[in-house]
Amino acid sequence: MMLSKGLKRKREEEEEEKEALAVDAWWLDPSHPAVAQAPPAVASSSLFDLSVLKLHHSLRQSEPDLRHLVLVVNTLRRIQASMVPTASLPPVPSVPAAPGMADNLLASSDAALSASMASLLEDLSHIEGLSQAPQPLADEGPPGRPTGGAPPGLGALDLLGPATGCLLDDGLEGLFEDIDTSMYDSELWAPASEGLKPGPEDGPVKEQAPELDEAELDYLMDVLVGTQALERPPGPGR
Amino acid sequence: VGGRGGTDIISTVEFNHTGELLATGDKGGRVVIFQREPESKNTPHSQGEYDVYSTFQSHEPEFDYLKSLEIEEKINKIKWLPQQNAAHSLLSTNDKTIKLWKITERDKRPEGYNLKDEEGKLKDLSTVTSLQVPVLKPMDLMVEVSPRRVFANGHTYHINSISVNSDCETYMSADDLRINLWHLAITDRSFNIVDIKPANMEDLTEVITASEFHPHHCNLFVYSSSKGSLRLCDMRAAALCDKHSKLFEEPEDPSNRSFFSEIISSVSDVKFSHSGRYMLTRDYLTVKVWDLNMEARPIETYQVHDYLRSKLCSLYENDCIFDKFECAWNGSDSVIMTGAYNNFFRMFDRNTKRDVTLEASRESSKPRAVLKPRRVCAGGKRRRDDISVDSLDFTKKILHTAWHPAENIIAIAATNNLYIFQDKVSSEMH
Repeated sequence: MMLSKGLKRKREEEEEEKEALAVDAWWLDPSHPAVAQAPPAVASSSLFDLSVLKLHHSLRQSEPDLRHLVLVVNTLRRIQASMVPTASLPPVPSVPAAPGMADNLLASSDAALSASMASLLEDLSHIEGLSQAPQPLADEGPPGRPTGGAPPGLGALDLLGPATGCLLDDGLEGLFEDIDTSMYDSELWAPASEGLKPGPEDGPVKEQAPELDEAELDYLMDVLVGTQALERPPGPGR
Repeated sequence: VGGRGGTDIISTVEFNHTGELLATGDKGGRVVIFQREPESKNTPHSQGEYDVYSTFQSHEPEFDYLKSLEIEEKINKIKWLPQQNAAHSLLSTNDKTIKLWKITERDKRPEGYNLKDEEGKLKDLSTVTSLQVPVLKPMDLMVEVSPRRVFANGHTYHINSISVNSDCETYMSADDLRINLWHLAITDRSFNIVDIKPANMEDLTEVITASEFHPHHCNLFVYSSSKGSLRLCDMRAAALCDKHSKLFEEPEDPSNRSFFSEIISSVSDVKFSHSGRYMLTRDYLTVKVWDLNMEARPIETYQVHDYLRSKLCSLYENDCIFDKFECAWNGSDSVIMTGAYNNFFRMFDRNTKRDVTLEASRESSKPRAVLKPRRVCAGGKRRRDDISVDSLDFTKKILHTAWHPAENIIAIAATNNLYIFQDKVSSEMH
């Protein structure tokens, strides 16, 4: 498995991973016989998971690196766009065969992903208005907009933390917690020795957190790979 | 010299306009300035070498109590001001605050005060019977550094570039979303000249990655983006330069398209040529030369380490794909240089189209030794001293390099070591 928390490793340590590298990179090779046959959703799911992890990790920083964040989000959107199947999702009894339905689901999940991202990035911009250092305004004359005291940096931890709750398992409850333990509650942060976040085949993570918001990314991932019962209507709780 | 927690990792390197001084900034907020010793007639073969001239703490870690955030003291960039008197001045910046430092020499001190004794204590006036004129006596050279300006609270996001205008009165600072114009003498206000922050942050798809003023035209500047585009802006055209005068963008190569296309196209550095006619950009796999008169595509593209193209997934996983390499022109704009992994750095001769890979390491760099060209073998026939792609050390990255403005002297920062190479004869190119 190629997934990691983004630790840098020396190339020597990756010798044994070369096999994995070859396996994981095959989906980029259009001439590979398996690519033509395998559903794109499965092929890209590991890269999707990896990108989600990176996004999550990036947002958890007290001051996210905007460039890193934007690049990961854009990459995630590309991957997601490529995961829209023209034919079928991985075979699951409850998955509708109709491409239209699948497209709608993925469209809605894309919208939900966008909504999650939107609220996160929106919070980043709200934080900007938080602390205005008192600064005199500029006079007229020189061109441009006087910035005066541009509000300092991003992300109060206590605001950014709960804002990312929509990507975590504990939802908006985190907003009011003094200590954000979601980092330890979330399966996304299972210690490396126990293996990484269980793949979609292992069943939805949401079973353990009944108060989860249906729009959350975990649900989206599960939907995308069709392991969740799709007849469950979107709505709060369960 | 090892430091606690890597605080002596060099984060920026910059020659001054004559090349006499070389400044480095590090992760611990320190600036070290090296000075080139004048060539001695006694040892004509020993061209002036660089010795430590001054060391000072430029930035300290700060804690923003309101937002519970620590502001890193790491020096992101240093830029020298053109020298206008005996003193030297430079701008240094961390993520949020830019500082103007003045560096002066003192090699004389006055002696023979009337009212003070040698230690500076006031004399008993009754003992003063005659007046004397204090005289200046030589003393050991002392380099004094003092902060002259602090330009704070101008940036919400992280500053990635500063650039001094050719008018020598203003400079600009760029963060992820905005570029501000400052007057060097005024610290309590700046003017926003570029703002790419979208009304809704959910629409954010692009950030500013680097920016620089044109070396001769004080109204022109360029900024690069995470999507690989360059925007040349004219401050005379509008007070707000959100609308570019020219947009330089190369269409994506469909045969090389992958999920990582955008990430590897993100420009990590942009530098005008000394002539002012070209721009040099660095993205993850290439360096490109752009002609200011041609927006559609670069006029030259050089592959830095194309053997990494098939490893992008792995490099994405370990975040190396996000590494930001700098690039540099030589004084005559005929050779360009950039860093790579495994402490390798690359030089490309624009005229002969030859290139060379060199290594910055203690083992291969004894004083006055000639650097041996290196080669990375990506499969196929392997020569004896070749390094295979799979044994490259990705923790050893040359992100920061600088070239003397006139001579073939280069400064290479390899993690916490600084290498200065002087070229006597043209290196072998292959």
